[in-house]
Amino acid sequence: MSAEFVLEMKNIGKRYGENTVLSDVTLKVRPGEIHALLGENGAGKSTLMNVLFGMPVIHSTGGFDGEVLLDGEVTHIASPHDAMTKGIGMVHQEFMLLPGFTVTENIKLNREVTNRNLISRMLGKNLETLDMGAMSSAARKALDSVGMNIDEYTRVEGMPVGYMQFVEIAREIDKTGIKLLVFDEPTAVLTESEATQLVSVMKQIAATGIAIIFITHRLDEVMAAADSITILRDGKLAAKREKKDTSILELAELMIGRKGEAMVSVEPREVPKGNVALSVRDLYVDMPGEEVRGVSFDVHEGEILGIGGLAGQGKLGIPNGVMSLYSSAGKVQVFGEELKLGNASDALKAGIAMVSEDRKGVGLLLDQSIEDNIVFTAMQIKGEFLNKYGPITLKSSKAIRQQANQMIKDLDIRCFGPTQHSGTLSGGNQQKVCIARALTMKPRFLFVSEPTRGIDIGAKKLVLETLVKLNREQGMTIVMVSSELQELRSISDRIMIVSEGKLVDVLPPDASDADFGLAMSGIKPGEHKKGGDAQ
Amino acid sequence: MRKIDWRSILRNNAVTVMFVALCVLCLAYSGQSLSFVMYELFGRLSRNAFIVLALIIPIVAGMGINFAITIGAMAAQIAVLWVIEWGISGLPGMALAALMTVPLAAFFGFLIGKLLNKMKGQEMIGGLILGYFANGLYQLLFLFIFGNLIPLNAPGLVIKGSTGVANTIDLSTTRGFKYALDGLWQVSFADAALVMLVALLIALALRLVVKKNAVIRVSCSVLLTFAACLVSAIAPQLGLTLPMAIVSGVILLMFTIMLGGADFKLQKPLIYLGVLAVCTAIVRIPAVASLFAMVKVPMATFMVVGVLCLFNTALLKTRIGQQFRAVGQNRTVANASGINVDKVRVIAIMISTVLAGWGQLIFVQNMGSFQTYGAHEQVGLYAGAAILVGGASIRKATNGQALLGCILFHLLFIVAPNAGKNLFGDAAIGEYFRVFISYGVIALALVMHAWSGVQKKKKADEALKS
Repeated sequence: MSAEFVLEMKNIGKRYGENTVLSDVTLKVRPGEIHALLGENGAGKSTLMNVLFGMPVIHSTGGFDGEVLLDGEVTHIASPHDAMTKGIGMVHQEFMLLPGFTVTENIKLNREVTNRNLISRMLGKNLETLDMGAMSSAARKALDSVGMNIDEYTRVEGMPVGYMQFVEIAREIDKTGIKLLVFDEPTAVLTESEATQLVSVMKQIAATGIAIIFITHRLDEVMAAADSITILRDGKLAAKREKKDTSILELAELMIGRKGEAMVSVEPREVPKGNVALSVRDLYVDMPGEEVRGVSFDVHEGEILGIGGLAGQGKLGIPNGVMSLYSSAGKVQVFGEELKLGNASDALKAGIAMVSEDRKGVGLLLDQSIEDNIVFTAMQIKGEFLNKYGPITLKSSKAIRQQANQMIKDLDIRCFGPTQHSGTLSGGNQQKVCIARALTMKPRFLFVSEPTRGIDIGAKKLVLETLVKLNREQGMTIVMVSSELQELRSISDRIMIVSEGKLVDVLPPDASDADFGLAMSGIKPGEHKKGGDAQ
Repeated sequence: MRKIDWRSILRNNAVTVMFVALCVLCLAYSGQSLSFVMYELFGRLSRNAFIVLALIIPIVAGMGINFAITIGAMAAQIAVLWVIEWGISGLPGMALAALMTVPLAAFFGFLIGKLLNKMKGQEMIGGLILGYFANGLYQLLFLFIFGNLIPLNAPGLVIKGSTGVANTIDLSTTRGFKYALDGLWQVSFADAALVMLVALLIALALRLVVKKNAVIRVSCSVLLTFAACLVSAIAPQLGLTLPMAIVSGVILLMFTIMLGGADFKLQKPLIYLGVLAVCTAIVRIPAVASLFAMVKVPMATFMVVGVLCLFNTALLKTRIGQQFRAVGQNRTVANASGINVDKVRVIAIMISTVLAGWGQLIFVQNMGSFQTYGAHEQVGLYAGAAILVGGASIRKATNGQALLGCILFHLLFIVAPNAGKNLFGDAAIGEYFRVFISYGVIALALVMHAWSGVQKKKKADEALKS
């Protein structure tokens, strides 16, 4: 007799130290259904899956609350391997395939069919000979079941990306006793027709009684494939819906949700329409995990432009690409002048400064004093704060101290003094030091990337207020990239949403949650409405 | 028909092509007789091929060239010292030394593997430095502990009036096992070729017996009869007459063509067989035979080398072999599929270290003596250079590449000093040249590896933009 649900995760909670990432989340999956798991980054999807797979990161940080039931029985999943033996499989977002192996070898990786031989009888199973014939016929069967007619002896190397995805699925299907399959963002790398094929393969698999958890941010695919949907938000269960009872707009709204009130209130104003400060055309950036694939936009003088989108969709790639911190291509004009990409110092000389999202990595010299951090870039790029004595150049301590004190006062950096090491400051104050350094360059244009990441709420408010003050009082043009939509909406004049490396839409800050939700999943809100009307 | 892209073949085998050219050039200028070069080459091949082949498994497992085989050589030398101390000579002595090498080298290999697991991606430099470090411990062992704390009684092992083991350990005394393996069965080159031909015939026939296909059965019985004829031809010591050998080659080539259509899998071995038959015939022509007049082929040693080649091939077709290859390609993927990556890597290094120890035994039994404090030092470097010369990279290596590399590398060793003397009037220049080249080849291989990584990244970039 089989239980109603193949998987039940009841009241799951998880804390990393003080930080609660999941609380009271329940997920129930029926046999043979496709269950979509929706949520923004940080909503807790991956943590929930880590719990399901018994990842070491969960067990080594004190386990989790709640219980996991497989086929109605309480189960303890000790490790990913344990999950595999219990019939839970995963189709990874990055392919877990070996390029030098054939399709067969990949499908049968570490589950090879072997024959005993003379030596293996003495020295154990590891020395058994591979039975390639049996392996390839099993692989063939698995490939057929996902509707792929590629030769099982082909090497994975050089295959189209879509094929690799199907090989990966075939591998999971081939595992005996599989009853639950997790697809982690499977369509992210596929072309449209491949994605359609994938959805139909998923339905085929589900029809054989295997349950599927489908993690994605593409709402249209959720509507096309899923039977029921669980939406997470901020580590909590936001809603659970059956497909027939919901709409794409409702899903978008549920996914975004309102997270408290605006932290900073800004007088509403007309969107500045002055000269173009920064013009970007066809920008491509090769930033691992944040690739940008052809983005064009203009930033007008005096405005604050927000760039939002889910993690890994390329929003961080834009500032890093324009600053040439990663290899990039495209046409960029700064105040009408061409900016050659490829050298970070060119961008700095053109009057652009950037506050990096990677505060501790590239943003700050943690072992150096606050004052050295503040003047470092200006000293290196512009040759300021230096005294020249013939061929010898020395730091001008007096000028540096003066500038540092000025900045500490202006930005209200809480410290013992300009000589304190920046590594000992709190996150919010470190961020202010980064801003101070960018300002010391006397930039005409400022990129701020994830300015509030990892700092407490009070510091967030201060950082955002500082940005608004700079904009309003000094007329600084600012582009702010942030994962926190609320933050973007509170201070930006316009918000650009990026998905899959491309610009989806530019929205006003007061656009509805549903519009933002749709844009983040790659659907231009206007177009969807048109489609809806047609129906 | 697919067009052969000569340019990419040349580019991919640049090191090997360059070495062939260099060898030909040096051979031409060395003024040495070919028969002497052949004699030297076979000697060097028999004593060095084994240790080069020991490098293959770690390369396949993604750990690059295992420079720590130096430590395997040290283990072997420890074993040799004690076998001589106990006075067990000849083949039993060598067998005992080989047996003693196993636990020693396996233990060292285990430690090396554990350490290299802590420095993934830096295995080669790690192995190299580890070799230097182990040399210090080795010296402590041989200078202070052996012969001092643990007394040695065999004559000549300890220098009188001094402490520690003597500078040179001699295996040619009655206590040693010089030529224990080489001396078992030595034949002329022509006979060696014939023996190989027969061996291959029998192996092929045996393989066919197992098959069920009727056509193949018939042809296999024909082959078997033919093999029997060849054996009976050798038996009365009449030797195979030249015409007979040629005819045998032709018949085999015809078989190749005939059976080629019948079963594709048979084509390759049959072609080998045909080529070998022709070669066997050719080396019996007096003009060619004189080239190999000085060569005495140590059959037992080459058989051991052959067994190692088979071992490498067979091992890679087992479950653990598949794990070596998987780990070598991508540790993350291997780990995700449940392979214990660290354990697999340790096993690869252990196998390599034990094989290197045996390789060193083969080396010293051929040389008849070795420098106690120096014989192991360059082992890793020369073996590494040799395998790279053969066209292997730090990611990919085969038996064929190891053997070809061994031939080319040692050919250059033989002819370079004389070529240097004739070209520049100084043998030291040739000597300098070959040392320079062995380091240069390794550096070049590393640069080319990095370069191919850059090329791959470029391709990925272009793919992103399209």
